This record gives sequence, structure tokens and C-alpha cells, in this order.
Amino acid sequence: MASVSTHSIESSVTDHLNRWLAVSLRFARRRPLGAIGAVIVIIMILAAALAGFIAPFDPLATDYAAMLQAPSAAHWFGTDSFGRDVLSRIIYGSRTALWVGFGSSFFGATLGAIVGVTSAYFGGKVDLILQRLMDLLLSFPLIILALVVVVVLGNGTLNVILAIMVPMLPRCALVLRSSALALREMPFVEAARALGFGPMRIILRHMLPNVMAPYLIMLTAFLGQAILLEASLSFLGLGVAEPQAAWGLMLRGAAVDFAERAPWMAIYPGIAISLSVFAFNLLGDSLRDAIDPKLRV
Amino acid sequence: MIPTLFGVAAVIFFLLRVVPGDIVELKYAGSSGAYAPKEAIARERAQLGLDKPLWRQFGGWIWGLARLDFGDSMWTGRPITYEIRIRLELSIELALMATFVAILISIPLGTLAAVKQDTWIDYFVRVFSIAGLAIPSFWLGIVIILALIIYFRWLPPLTFTSFWVDPKANLSQLIWPALAVGYRYSAVATRMTRSTVLEVLREDYIRTARAKGLWERAVLMRHALKNALLPVITVIGLEFAFLVGGLVVTEQVFNLNGIGKLFVEAISQRDYTMIQSLALLTSFVFIFVNFLVDLINAFVDPRIRYQ
Repeated sequence: MASVSTHSIESSVTDHLNRWLAVSLRFARRRPLGAIGAVIVIIMILAAALAGFIAPFDPLATDYAAMLQAPSAAHWFGTDSFGRDVLSRIIYGSRTALWVGFGSSFFGATLGAIVGVTSAYFGGKVDLILQRLMDLLLSFPLIILALVVVVVLGNGTLNVILAIMVPMLPRCALVLRSSALALREMPFVEAARALGFGPMRIILRHMLPNVMAPYLIMLTAFLGQAILLEASLSFLGLGVAEPQAAWGLMLRGAAVDFAERAPWMAIYPGIAISLSVFAFNLLGDSLRDAIDPKLRV
Repeated sequence: MIPTLFGVAAVIFFLLRVVPGDIVELKYAGSSGAYAPKEAIARERAQLGLDKPLWRQFGGWIWGLARLDFGDSMWTGRPITYEIRIRLELSIELALMATFVAILISIPLGTLAAVKQDTWIDYFVRVFSIAGLAIPSFWLGIVIILALIIYFRWLPPLTFTSFWVDPKANLSQLIWPALAVGYRYSAVATRMTRSTVLEVLREDYIRTARAKGLWERAVLMRHALKNALLPVITVIGLEFAFLVGGLVVTEQVFNLNGIGKLFVEAISQRDYTMIQSLALLTSFVFIFVNFLVDLINAFVDPRIRYQ
């Protein structure tokens, strides 16, 4: 008996895998640009996860004997003004970028979804107050609001995640509210209310799962922007703090001062930022087209 | 607009006051490193009005704003309106030039891509515009400076020359940062132009125009583009936030002493009055630009006016 049950579990696992593979292959065939984006994103995630194994040097180790060295067999992307290996810092920097990107997008989109759905569910005064609040947050340009939050919280990875999350929240709330408005009148929501479920349960268990499509679209659309914003904040010296490896930080100060003598310091981190944002944008666009072509973010 | 601005002002003001540690502590910590006498700190706080209850500080600020008086910078002690005025010309000129660059890139390229849909020109334009969204404008600025230094031995000048003093020097100084900001600014507009022109080209009146034997150029310029540009104007207005973000980082790269640089400096110096005034100012401009876009739309499109 035991062997039969393991067999069925195994086959259901392979079934699942096969189905996933089929879906991904179809996605790749229909949306080649999205597939390119997905491949770059996967490479980035692998680089971040395996940074300890693939990075040739310690990203923090300074070596004053090897300052500002040009790219060579030992240092593929050269070294910076502290003698740190640029390639290793880029590999470790992908951790910061992904961490901040996923963290802020996830929390921003999730909180935005909760606010949007709550505001759609209750309507009336709650809706009005929440909408006014969101409008207030929306009347700042993205970077200004993020910078003000940085002033309040200070530097550091976690604070940067919060700073980027705050301006993203209202944008998601706006989109999800309009999706949830239609849901409110659906029979299953009415049925849940008739069964005596509280608003909390209806919002979390019945309405939120049904706005997954726009939620996922918003989340992926934020990813690229979040990485870019993190790089900008770090570049301004108001994001991730030294000596942590972050792409924006690598372009700060020394990179400009030594631009002529050591252009590799300025070139490679910028390529890393552009490529990853490019990949996330391609992936997000294709995902949006595949899930809901009408929705414009 | 006034209630929104009031709300915005309240949000910034109270957000900034939650911060532990104020400018006075920062000043003393920076200057001597030793502990400053308590009386000196208290005196300076009183001078800046930091010892008053929050609601009175807020009230004072709002009362000043109503008379267009932003107060004094906590760091330099000079009036904020003065600090802003001496930097405003540069930032406005840069913003206008960047917008101009963005329009010059996006409308011809987007139209070209739409007309040559699914050819290599179209693919090139699409990749070019997606790349514009991905390349950070501060890095593009660094690369531009790098190229100028290596190929032309040109260094960004240390001081700003006003357009009214020497137009040529001024333009040659600002064109590069304007390019760096404008390229990113153009990306969404290019995509928008492409898709609206594509949509319009399928309309009946375009077929009619072609059928009556009009030149292709006249069809495109006079009939298609005129109707396609409306959403593009909207997008350019909405993406104004990108412009602000671009200005903040690019002024840093090119060492331009504009509003963006002032903002970043104010943040690292915890100059509350300066931060709150600049944040309020940018969000005011942001709201105003959106309002202006609505007005322009109504002006260009009679259908909106009648609604």
C-alpha cells in the first residue's frame, strides 16, 4: 500500500511540474520579450542566492595594494578606490536590489490591496476618508515622498524598503479599489454577508483572492521601479549605507571622481541596474498583457 | 486645490517632527564633537522656535505660507524664498529643456514606429523606449560626462552661467543633463505616441483622407497626429514626477546648484523648514501640472469641454 501512495504522490508532483513547464513554454513562445526578462531575472536570483559561491572575492575586503585596477584576469570588472573587487560587489549588490525590490513591492502592493479592497467594501465615509488619504500621498512626486520618509527613518536597508513602499501603496490601492468595486455587488459576497461573516473575513477571505490578477500585475510593475528608486536613493547617499554592496552606492562619489582614471567603476554597476530593471519591466509588461490586457499601470 | 495643499503641508510637517534628533544636535555634533552646553542648545532651539508646542509651530508655518513667507532656513538662517530664488532659474530651465528633449524624442520616434509597425525600425524604437525606463538618469549622466571627458576633454563647468548672460555657454552646459533627464522622460511618451497613432491610423476618417487622394504626409500630420497627441500630452503631464526625480539625481551628477541639490542637502542637514517648504513646493507644482494638463486637454479636445 505504501508504495502505491508514494507513487501517486510522485506522479502528482511530476504532473504539476509538467503543467508548469507547459505553461512557461507557452508563455515563452507567445511572449519572447517576457521570456528574455524572465531568464535575466532567474539569473539575478541565482546570483543573489549563490553569491557566496560565485563571487571571486569578499565584497567588503579592502586591498590597498590593488586600488583602481583595470579589469584583468583576477578582477574581471576591475577594482574600486578601496581595492574592492567590482564584480563581487555587483554580485552581492543583487542581494540588496532584490531584497529591497521584492520587499517594498510586496508590502506596498499588499497593503495597497488591503486599503483598496477595504475602501471598496465599506463605501461611504470609510471610502471617502481612505481615498482622500491616498490622494494626499499621490500628490507627491514618488522620489520626494521616499526622501521625506528616509529623513524620518534614517538610512539602512529596512528603512529604504519602507521609504519605497509608502509612495507605492496609494497607486496600488487606487487600481485595486476599482477592481474590488465590481466585486462588492457579486452574489458570493452577498452570500457571505448573509451568512453573518464579519467585514474582516469577507475582505480577506472572499474579496482579496478575487483581485489577485491586478494585484500581481501591480506587484511586478513595481519591482523595476523599486530597484531603480533604491539605486537613486543609495546614489544620493540616502539609501543603503556603506560598506554594504549596493549598485547605486557603487556609483556614488568615488565613481564620479575617478571616472576618467577608472571608468569601469562607473560603467558596470550602471549596466547591472539597467539590465535588471529592464528585465523586470519586460516580465511585468508581458505578464500584464497575458493576464489582463485592458489594465494600464 | 487649497485643501489638498493644506493636507500635504500637514503630512510633511508632522512626519518630519516625529524624527528623533533635530538640527541643533546635529550642528553641535558636527562642529566640535564634544558635548555642547545644555544652555547653548536650549538657546538655539528657542531661537529657531523648536521649543514651542507643535501645533503653534505648525500654525506659524501655515500663517507664513498664507502670506507666501516660507520662513528661514534652519541651517543657513537666510530666508527660504531667497535660497529658492537664486536656484530656481537653473532648475526651471533644466526642466523645460528636458521636457523639450523628451517631446523631440518621443513624438517623431513614436510616430515613426507606428507607421513602420512590425519592421526593424519599430522594434528598435520599442527597445529604445523600454531601455529608457530602465537606465537610471544619474548613470546616463555619468556616462555622458565620461564620454565628454574622454573624447572631447570637456569638463562640466563649476559655475552656472545664466542664459541672459551668455546663452551659448548656458545651453552647452545644460544640454547634457537635459539629455540625461529627457531620455528617461521620453520613454513612456514614446510608447504612448506609438500606440495612439496606431489606433488612430485604423479610424475611418483616415481611410477617407487617403481615399480622397491626400498625400500620406498630410494624412499623417494633419489628420492622424492631431488626434493622437491628446493622450501623449496627458502622459507627459503625468510623468512629471519622473522629471522631478531626474532633476534631483542629475543635478547631483553634474554638480548643478539647483532645487534638487538644495533638497538633498537640506535632507542630510535635517533642515526641517527647508525640507518641508521644498516638498510642499514640488507637490504644489505637481498638482498644478496635472491641473494644467486637464486644461490643455479641454482646450485641444472640444468633446471634453462639453462634458
